[in-house]
Amino acid sequence: MATIELKKVEKRFGDFQAVKPLDLTIHDGEFVVLLGPSGCGKTTTLRMISGLESVSTGNILIAGRDVTWRHPSDRDIAFVFQLYALYPHMSVEKNITFPLEAEKASPQLIQDRLNHVIDLLQIKHLLPLKPGSLSGGDKQRVALGRALVRQPAAFLMDEPLGALDADFREKMRGEIKKVHIAEKATTVYVTHDQIEAMAMGDRIVVMSAAEVQQIGTPDEVYHDPSNLFVARFIGSPGMNLLPGRYADGAIHLPPDLHYKVAADHQPAVTGVIGRDGDIVLGFRPEAARIHEDGALAGEVYASDLHGAYRVLHVSVGDEVVHIRSERQVGHKIGSSVRFDIDPTMARLFDPRSGRSIRREVSQA
Amino acid sequence: MSNFEQNGPGFPVTESIRVDKVSPRARLSHALRAIVVIIVAIIMLVPIFVMGLTAFKSRSDVVAIPPKIIFEPTLEGFVFLLTNRSQLRGEALEEAKANIDNVGIFERIAITNGQSITGPSDFIKRLGNSVIIAFGATAASVVLGLLAAYAFSRFDIPGKDDLMFFILSGRMLPAVVVTIPIFLMYRQLGLYDTHLGMIIVYTVFNLSLTVWLLKGFIDEIPVEYEEAALVDGYSRFQAFTKIVLPQAATGIAATTVFSLIFVWNEYAFALMLTSETARTAPPAIATMLGRGGIEWSAIAAGTLAFLIPVLIVIFALRRHLLRGVTFGAIRQ
Repeated sequence: MATIELKKVEKRFGDFQAVKPLDLTIHDGEFVVLLGPSGCGKTTTLRMISGLESVSTGNILIAGRDVTWRHPSDRDIAFVFQLYALYPHMSVEKNITFPLEAEKASPQLIQDRLNHVIDLLQIKHLLPLKPGSLSGGDKQRVALGRALVRQPAAFLMDEPLGALDADFREKMRGEIKKVHIAEKATTVYVTHDQIEAMAMGDRIVVMSAAEVQQIGTPDEVYHDPSNLFVARFIGSPGMNLLPGRYADGAIHLPPDLHYKVAADHQPAVTGVIGRDGDIVLGFRPEAARIHEDGALAGEVYASDLHGAYRVLHVSVGDEVVHIRSERQVGHKIGSSVRFDIDPTMARLFDPRSGRSIRREVSQA
Repeated sequence: MSNFEQNGPGFPVTESIRVDKVSPRARLSHALRAIVVIIVAIIMLVPIFVMGLTAFKSRSDVVAIPPKIIFEPTLEGFVFLLTNRSQLRGEALEEAKANIDNVGIFERIAITNGQSITGPSDFIKRLGNSVIIAFGATAASVVLGLLAAYAFSRFDIPGKDDLMFFILSGRMLPAVVVTIPIFLMYRQLGLYDTHLGMIIVYTVFNLSLTVWLLKGFIDEIPVEYEEAALVDGYSRFQAFTKIVLPQAATGIAATTVFSLIFVWNEYAFALMLTSETARTAPPAIATMLGRGGIEWSAIAAGTLAFLIPVLIVIFALRRHLLRGVTFGAIRQ
């Protein structure tokens, strides 16, 4: 297993910039998820690491070796494709051992590795079958097996669960994670499903418009998004964002609401916005508390029961915010509610740059 | 009677390709269509049937009017096709007739016609030439076509569309138009009346067909298979031979048959560019028409023999062919 380093890696197709210069280090044994909407450059990035796509500028190092211009077969990586790409004319067994035959491995080694993989993935019964007769989940298990059997320096996975049914996806998510832990495998995983990214990643690289928006742990990306895009994209629903005006330590929101910014947050805000300026107040649905004396208010627009909790859609001025509330308490549509925001979970953004305005952490 | 609503067509369902229902009237139209197909097939097969009969008819039966369907079969046609004979007269004929029980079946037929066999004819050689040239040219054009089609399908080639059109243009002129310039060139190059020369001309002529057909088949193979092979540790060429070729088998079979049938039946080039050593069967059979009296049974026998090699190939590849000609219709 190995460290993967991307240094100023860039991809251009003619005039179109598919991936803007990107620096990223994926540590040994780490599970890194490239997350973003379609067309954001995440798959191109993965394909550049694999060597299936050439880089326009920059360098790629795997285990300290510069592989920028090496053939894919010479990078010691395994790739799992979204549509499995199992060789249809070979049996499952042949499919799995195919990479080892490229290395001219001894029959004994091939047998040992095969046994290891089929034990790990529980696919012994599939060995004589052709891929065409397998279910989607089994195909993906076999594709994983083919990736694992070579014990490569890194695994690259391109939306491997994208073609599976929802409940099966959850099961395979667990299996991939289990395999990752068992093999201590450096893994780069591409997905557009942020729930998958949160559940699986040690770190998440959020990409949009050919650019990295934020690199961080799932916790950081969720609770401390670095800009408005990440705030909106992560979470379902995404973060509530209310544009308003900052003045005198408070945010004034239409129609006539005032949210007092926590005292320790104010210096940072004045640093970025000044004493008076436009600002965006962000908060997660679970950061809001319905409260009779709440500082903010709105009208219930819709109320969805999610089983364990309820999500209220509340219109505040022209915006609709989502608030997680207790399932037992019903709110009539059209009734007005007041709520507060947990001050530690309130996030502020500069609408001009889109960037988050973080609290200045006092250095101890 | 039942407490639930009954759905469905409300009449018996006898045959269906979907869950949609097929009415008796539709069945009738199915039957009618089948009958039409059978009639067309019979019309198409009549000439071949007549040819088969003629090959085994005697000289007098061949020209009988009305044509005989029931007759005494003879190998006369094959004797005329495969041997050179000389006319026997007077004593020699008497002597041969006396000895008729001690000679082989071919000689016996010749003697009955007042002839004796002087040696084998060159028909076997012509057929051999056809086999060498047809298989050589087909192999060359399929192999070259595969490589070109793969490149066109997978790589960014500058001016790809123009090149593809250029390749197609190789087939736009009819053979008759280009035979004379090729004849002149071949005479200078020493390729006139050689197997190599014929293989080259047919390969070039067929490449447009094979490149276009095979590109279609290779386009159908998802590129992910090769990419998987590349990261699995194989070179581009290994990925081509181990992954692309097996999956293109259907297309290769179909292309091979199309190419083979064209070369096998080709007449114009063969007539102009060969005379003796490399002459193929089609012009050889045709020139039989011109030698004195027309031996219809010999011509029929020759055509029958000429059909057999192609039939064998098509039969051997039939499993691939059926899938090949419907390619694109079914995604695997």
